[in-house]
Amino acid sequence: MSVANRPSNRPLSPHLQVYRWQLTSVLSILHRATGIALSVGALYLATWVIYAAGSSRGYAMFQEFNGSIVGRIVLGGWLFSAFYHLCNGIRHLFWDAGYGFELKDAYRSGWIVVVVSLVATALSWIVGLRLV
Amino acid sequence: MDDRRTPLARARGLGSAKDGVGHWWAQRLTAIALIPLVVWFAVSLVMLSGADYATARAWIGSPLVMVLLILVIGIGLHHGQLGLQVVLEDYTDGAWRVVWIVLVKFIAAVFGLAAIVAILRIGFGG
Repeated sequence: MSVANRPSNRPLSPHLQVYRWQLTSVLSILHRATGIALSVGALYLATWVIYAAGSSRGYAMFQEFNGSIVGRIVLGGWLFSAFYHLCNGIRHLFWDAGYGFELKDAYRSGWIVVVVSLVATALSWIVGLRLV
Repeated sequence: MDDRRTPLARARGLGSAKDGVGHWWAQRLTAIALIPLVVWFAVSLVMLSGADYATARAWIGSPLVMVLLILVIGIGLHHGQLGLQVVLEDYTDGAWRVVWIVLVKFIAAVFGLAAIVAILRIGFGG
């Protein structure tokens, strides 16, 4: 039997199907998901600048898409992802510096991230996208 | 064939597992830079929502905005490709892992450079 296949009694990662959902793990997964969304969104925003450097007709087409239902969902989703990833990223930087590892601190900072990112998102949607 | 050496003996002399702290540090450094940049950019985006061609170009082409935009797009894409690399290292394997990571890095470089050229073109009136 090769070394890699040898059975071991090392701890396994949690089985997602039976694992109880909790704030800390949900926020951790959401950090990755919003990170992926923001990467795709960065390409979209780069495209916006590229269109602005082109003709006014091309830019008008791009803006028409931005104003559509799909475009507004994309922009609204980008704003939420940005605020969430920003707030939770700051939480991560505090952990990197060695602060906030106690379970009750992790929960408290987690709830602060949820509240701040939701309020910032709501404000940006109301002021910018006029969704409400 | 069974490898009878101890785990420590197997690991010795192979060098570090990956790239040391370089990747980790670059991710944190770009993260810190992005805190003020993303706040500025999100607020600007909200203010500019629905801006027409002339308004958008006037904004992009002003000197301070040009600098900040190039920073936020360049650093943002760099931070993004570093993060996606970690995700791909977690969930893909073998040759495809390399293909995906190379693809992500190339796309980030091309879009980043194209955006920077576009910003400079607007600013310098091309």
